Order: sequence, then structure tokens, then C-alpha cells
Amino acid sequence: MSALTAQLPGLQVVIPLLGAVVAAFIRRGTIAWGWATLITAMTPIVAFALLIQVWTGGPISYHMGGWPPPIGIEYRVDLLNAFVLVLVSLVSAIMMPYARRSVAHEIDGDKQAWFYCMYLLCLTGLLGITITGDAFNAFVFMEISSLSSYVLIAMGRDRRALVAAYQYLIIGTIGATFYVVGVGLLYLVTGSLNFADIALRLGEASAVYPRPVLAGLAFLFVGISLKLALFPLHVWLPNAYAYAPSFATAFLAATATKVAIYLLLRVIFSIYGVALDLKTLPVSAVLYPLSIAAMFIASILAVYETNLKRMLAYSSVAQIGYITLGIALMNQAGLTGGIVHLFNHALIKGALFLALGAILYRAGTIKLEQLGGVGRTMPLTCAAFVVAGMSLMGVPGTAGFISKYYLIVGALNAGMWPIAFLIVASSLIALVYIGRAVEVAYFRPVSSAVAHAKDPPLLMLVPLLVLAFASVYFGIDTELSAGVAGRVAETLLSGLKVGGAN
Amino acid sequence: MKFDLILRVGVKLMIPFMLLFALYVQLHADYGPGGGFQAGVITAGAVIVYALIFGIEEAQRVVPKRLVELLVPLGVLIYAGTGLLGILFGKNFLDYSVLGANPPLARERGILFVEIGVLLTVSSTMVALFYAFSERGR
Repeated sequence: MSALTAQLPGLQVVIPLLGAVVAAFIRRGTIAWGWATLITAMTPIVAFALLIQVWTGGPISYHMGGWPPPIGIEYRVDLLNAFVLVLVSLVSAIMMPYARRSVAHEIDGDKQAWFYCMYLLCLTGLLGITITGDAFNAFVFMEISSLSSYVLIAMGRDRRALVAAYQYLIIGTIGATFYVVGVGLLYLVTGSLNFADIALRLGEASAVYPRPVLAGLAFLFVGISLKLALFPLHVWLPNAYAYAPSFATAFLAATATKVAIYLLLRVIFSIYGVALDLKTLPVSAVLYPLSIAAMFIASILAVYETNLKRMLAYSSVAQIGYITLGIALMNQAGLTGGIVHLFNHALIKGALFLALGAILYRAGTIKLEQLGGVGRTMPLTCAAFVVAGMSLMGVPGTAGFISKYYLIVGALNAGMWPIAFLIVASSLIALVYIGRAVEVAYFRPVSSAVAHAKDPPLLMLVPLLVLAFASVYFGIDTELSAGVAGRVAETLLSGLKVGGAN
Repeated sequence: MKFDLILRVGVKLMIPFMLLFALYVQLHADYGPGGGFQAGVITAGAVIVYALIFGIEEAQRVVPKRLVELLVPLGVLIYAGTGLLGILFGKNFLDYSVLGANPPLARERGILFVEIGVLLTVSSTMVALFYAFSERGR
């Protein structure tokens, strides 16, 4: 048993990788779905085991191929990435049962097995980025997850899915290139690719080569920001989310951007923060205006959007703004708020996109004007949408409230009450766009498109209800979300060269 | 180009040497430049030049599409399987030391297996791409 425990970090990535390879041999969609569900179900077990191990025993280091770091690739699990591993694998495992009907409905029979193969590869890449302690290995996994997600998006029924996937491919490739240029600069000045080792040597290198170190940060920051859709770099996201198959949208919205945010946290707090004084670097100065612009501009764009998937995609850009705002605050409460919102937003957006997928499955449309009265014909689906939507706004008693509470406390502790005010004000815009959907769903006469619709089959309904329930549950019991996020923030801040105040 | 005698005979003469050179690049990589990726590209090049001269149907008779689609994941499976041997014998993933008592020999074996996987995946992926493009609009 102990031998297996020691292999857990490797297995976290190897299981979905082998799963993807085997899925490529399967030709039948349903069998491939069963296989992918089985493989996905194994990943949260590994992730929880890792989280428990890290929680009690401190960081784990796994040497790929038996080569010790910094020469070999190291998989390093600490609280931060164990938390993200649990999030990504758990949400994927909850969503998998949903995939069967939804994918069978939206994708041609002979392509379904390939869809599951690509999904498992994407999961491999996301888990790999999260678990690795090696900057270049993270780039490789970033490419694996990105390339497979382009395929997932291009499989959408709408022809525009191809254009959306192409747009994402171009921007995603630029992002990955920026990231690898940044890693290259760090390698030039430190001679290492291992995150911990770079952090150890960067302070000294910065004294000799201050400009390449700063340029490296800029490249890494822009590259990762393209991946996480930070406000002005978000243009790929609405189309990609709108035209991808429903399951792919829900999966990518819940996991892909979150993993990119994790990488940003890693670069800022575990590399640059450890080696240099973050206050002298323009990280917060860049993040504040962009986050606030995202919170307002993307939310307002969501209000004017009539395609519900695009509306939620803009809302995702806005919510990412809250997470990066938490990073910019760089104090205990603010960072906790950012990290806990990473978790909560994954659950909330997962539930919302699954609800839209269910509506698309039954009613055949997600255009707002055609969905009048859908709340009466698909009661459970729309109830889940409303519950998750309230959590998105941050109604007290829901998970979204916890995130915003921590963010506001963080802003007040940093002495920035206008930001606290802006957080509340932008939440009201969420009330407008979610409210608009609720108004159409419940207070309009039943339209022809939804007249014969009913709640989706149980296989689709249960994952949706579980995620909707979770988006309320984590507003009441915050042990796993805010509890862990708080300790993660504490560890990150205590590791800084010049500790964050407050 | 189906009736161009010189091209047909010339390519028929070239292909065995291309495949042999691919094997040389594959297996001589311990001592010189090369490896599975380069060898895979040369192998795929042999198939592609055959398809260009003799037509796509003839090429697919020799290298069927189904075979190509099987070889793509098979190569990755060989690579990952070699890595998994490490875990099965109580070491870390991709630890080649479990493949033999003598460490240099064990590593050489590990690299050989892994490179065979790379050869299969790279060559079949290139052929699959070529087939996909050449079948467009038919």
C-alpha cells in the first residue's frame, strides 16, 4: 500500500494519459464513454489522497524516472496544487455521467470515441500543468491540454465552431509561445527549469540581470493571461464557449481557465515572490485595473447578449476578474477570496453550462427570445440554473457570497474601500443578466420551442443538480473550500520574501 | 503521374533505401544525431512519396487507414507502457533501472522501447494527416 501511495503523483497524470490512449482504440461511442467515466472517476480518488497526505505531512516531491531535481522532472505537490487537483478531477468526475446523452445528441456517432479520447487528453494536460514542478514540463502539458481543447471546441455542431476553434488556436499558440519565451529567459539567467530551483537562484540573478528577469515576468504574465482570459486578452473565450459542444463548454469553463490561474499564482507567489519583493514588481498595478475592467465591461457585455452560452462566457470573463482581483490584493483575506472563488466559480459555471446543455438537448435552442416559459416545462433544470445563478451573484448563504465576502474584507484590510464598493456594484450587474434569463424562463408565455420540452434524462439531471447543490452547500460548509484556501493563502504569503501585510 | 515510367521506377528503387535509412536513424541514435521522431518522419516520407506517384488508393492498399489509426495510439501505449513498468516494479514512472541489472544497459533498453513508440506514433500521425488532406473534396 505504501508503495502505491508513493506513486500517487505519477498516477495522477498517468491514469488519464493511458485512459486516453486506450480510448483511441475504442470505436464505439458508448463504450468509450463508459471507459472515460471510469478513468475520470479514479482521478479524484488520487487527488483526495494527495490532498490528505499534503495536509498532514507537508509537500510531496516525486522524481520522474528516478532522476532527482533540478536535473530530472519533479512533480511537486503542495497545498495549492493539491487543492486545484481535487477541484479539476472532482468537477470532471461529477460531469462525466452527463456526457453520454449530451455528446450522443451533438456529435456524430463515429466521432464520439475520438471526443472522449481528446477529453481524457485534455484532462491529462490540465492535471499535468497543476502537478508538475518543472516550468518546461508545464509548457508541454499546456500544449497537450490546449491542442486537445481546440479539437473539443471544433467538434461543435455549428459551423462557426471551426472558426472559434481556429481563433482560439492562434491566440492559444501565441499565449504558449509567450510562456515559453518567459521560461527561456528565466532559464538563461538562472540555468534551471525547476520552479523551486529557479526561485532559489532568481534573487541573485536579478541583481546581475534585472531586465531579463523583469521581461521574463512580463512574458510569463501575458502568456498565462491569454490562457486564463484576463480582460483585454479574452476575445477567444466567448466564441469558443458558445460554439463548443455543451459538455466541452462546461468542462473547459470549470477547469481550463482555473488551471491557468493556478499557473499564474505559481509564477507570482512561488517564483517571483520568493526571490524578489513583489511590491517592487508591477504585478498588482497591472492586475487591479484589468480585473476591475473585466468585472464591469464583461458583465455589461453579458447583459446585452441574447445567446445564453455567450452570456455566460462573458460572465466567466467577469468572474475571472474577481479571482485576479484577489491575487492583486496580496493579503490574507483577498488571496483567500481569489482562491476560494476559483473553486466556487468552477462549481457554479459548471452547473450553469450543464443547465444550458440540458435546455439545448430538449428544446434545441439557447437563444433567449425563444425560451419563453422554459421554467414551467423544464422545472428542475431551471431551478438548478436559478440556484447556481444566485450563487454567481453572491446571494448570502451561497458559495458565491463566501468568495465575495473574503474579497471585500481583503479590499477593506488593504485600505481600499472603493474596491469593496466596486465588487458589490459589479455583482449587481450579474443580478441583471441572470435576472433577465429568469424573467424569460418564468414570467413569459410558453413558446413553441419549449412547449414539448421536459427535464432531461436522469443521467444528465443528476450531475446538474449535484453541482447546483454544491454551489449552495459550499456557502454553508466552507471547510473544504475556504478552509483549505485560507491555509493555501497563508502558505503562499508566508513564503514571500517580503511578507504581505495585514 | 501514373504513366511516367522514370518516376515510377525511380521511386520504387528509392523506397527500400528510405526505409533502411529510417531504421539507421532510429537505431544509430545512441551514437549520432537521430531518433524516433526523425526516423518516423522519414518512414512517413516513404509512404507519402509512394502515394504521390502511385495514387492514394494504391498507398492505402499497402498501408490501410485502419492500420494507421491503430498505430497512432499504439506508439503512445508502448511509451507509456514502458513508463508503467517502472511503477509495476516498485520504482517511479519511466525509471528505466527496472529493465536490467546493469544500469547503462537498462537505460539503453528503456530508450530503445520508448523510441520505437515515438517512431510508430510520429510516422502514422504524418501518414494520417496526409490521408486526411488528400481525401478532402472527394
